[in-house]
Amino acid sequence: MFEAVAFYLFAFLTIAMFYITVTTAQALYALTALAAGMIFISAFFFILGADFLGAVQIIVYTGAVMALYAFGMMFFDTTRDVKEKNGNKFIVVSLATLAAVMIVAIFMAPIVSTNMQAFYPAIEGIGNTQMVGVVLFTKYLIPFEVAAVMLLVAMVAGIVLAGKKMDLSLTKMSAAQIKEIEDKDKKVLS
Amino acid sequence: MDSAYLIETIIKVVVILLVFSALAGIGTYFERKVLAFMQRRLGPMNVGPFGLLQVGADGIKLFTKEDIIPTNVVGPIFKIAPVITAATAFMAAAAIPFLPAFTLFGYEVHPIVADINIGILYVLGVMAVGLFGPLLGGMASANKFSLLSAARAAAVFISYEVVTGLAILAPIMMVGSLSLIDFNNYQIENGWILWSQPVAFVLFWIAAFAETGRTPFHLIANDHEIIDGFGTEYSGMRWGLFFIGEYANMFFISFVIPILFLGGFGDGSVLGAFALLGKMAFFFFFFLWTRAAWPDVRPDQLMWLCWKVLMPVAVINVVITGLVMMF
Repeated sequence: MFEAVAFYLFAFLTIAMFYITVTTAQALYALTALAAGMIFISAFFFILGADFLGAVQIIVYTGAVMALYAFGMMFFDTTRDVKEKNGNKFIVVSLATLAAVMIVAIFMAPIVSTNMQAFYPAIEGIGNTQMVGVVLFTKYLIPFEVAAVMLLVAMVAGIVLAGKKMDLSLTKMSAAQIKEIEDKDKKVLS
Repeated sequence: MDSAYLIETIIKVVVILLVFSALAGIGTYFERKVLAFMQRRLGPMNVGPFGLLQVGADGIKLFTKEDIIPTNVVGPIFKIAPVITAATAFMAAAAIPFLPAFTLFGYEVHPIVADINIGILYVLGVMAVGLFGPLLGGMASANKFSLLSAARAAAVFISYEVVTGLAILAPIMMVGSLSLIDFNNYQIENGWILWSQPVAFVLFWIAAFAETGRTPFHLIANDHEIIDGFGTEYSGMRWGLFFIGEYANMFFISFVIPILFLGGFGDGSVLGAFALLGKMAFFFFFFLWTRAAWPDVRPDQLMWLCWKVLMPVAVINVVITGLVMMF
């Protein structure tokens, strides 16, 4: 019974939060509702017994939405409504409805035909942290490593884009050129 | 799920809420007395013996003050921000074992609300959500200094969380579990983790100051702007909720550090329980001591410290721990 109550409560809260995120014109409301919705989703993981994923959901999405807040703070006056450019409302509504119906159909199809099986059913007595680790490092090792490499590429790209003088290479320059650059820096600082 | 379990859980929740709300008040008294002692002042003296009733006087003041919602603020978010800070602080407490299991009137009591097997991740994650309070409060306030304070809250948040996570990773690798009870039991057999992971201990301790927003990293309410940062526009009990959240967080992190690194409550004897309370008191006192002894750092210094010093040290610590465990 408690699971049912918790499920319906958090289902309602999550949908309400994402509804606010989509419909509001104010950046602060949208960001706050997004953060709340993401954190409420973790409740479903806890209800299903996947504690590890629940905690990861909270940690990852608080950090991610916090970064969004930082950008929102820089780009908007977050306490005022943003003037939105609404194009053809008919196309937007019909495409959104179509996409929503298709997603529901895709996820409901295995449930309706009762053809859904767990690839890796939960084993009694083993915590789900360990199970996530085992599956990640056996069956899904390649996608895991590829994701790691992609994140590394993104990080290097970010550093190159944000850093100064990343187009210069100190090893390829002579001592005189390096000295020249250093002197220029000193002038800027003083 | 039987009703005995439900009743037990509700009683535990209520006890933790009441005890730590009261402790938050008494914590302010201790803080003022300790700071006064270190600065050769008297601190609160007028209300009651040794100023002990000051806590009650402050409580009455906070509860009865007019609750002002200024014009131009974003109302709903302005109102909910203090609740986030206070609520998440107490939610984090659900996975902390405060005392060893004991028997009361023939009924075995486990002083932990939910012994989930990812305790430490849950505690740190939910505590991190608490920083949304200052952030939202500052952004909704329609006040430039509050907004600056919110920006600093975001800077603190994205800096310290990496350090906390990486610092705690090395002990987790040794224990092989995320449950705080397992941490405690591991240390009964193998001695305190402090001796095998001193670097992780120091890193986690430093990050705890950023997590609770205490003095060397008290950036979210910058004292030298003379105003109260994100709390400038708040009054009455809403401001009090920020306060309760901050002090409850200090108490909870003071429980978490000894459980993770200093043996926790040991084998569960009465002595072990008092030892845990003693260690908690020391860490809480250390927060106050630091506040009396150190100035605040600038936000850029905090980010430099977290990203360029503490994070590499934490990563090296994890790698060395892994190598030692492998060979």
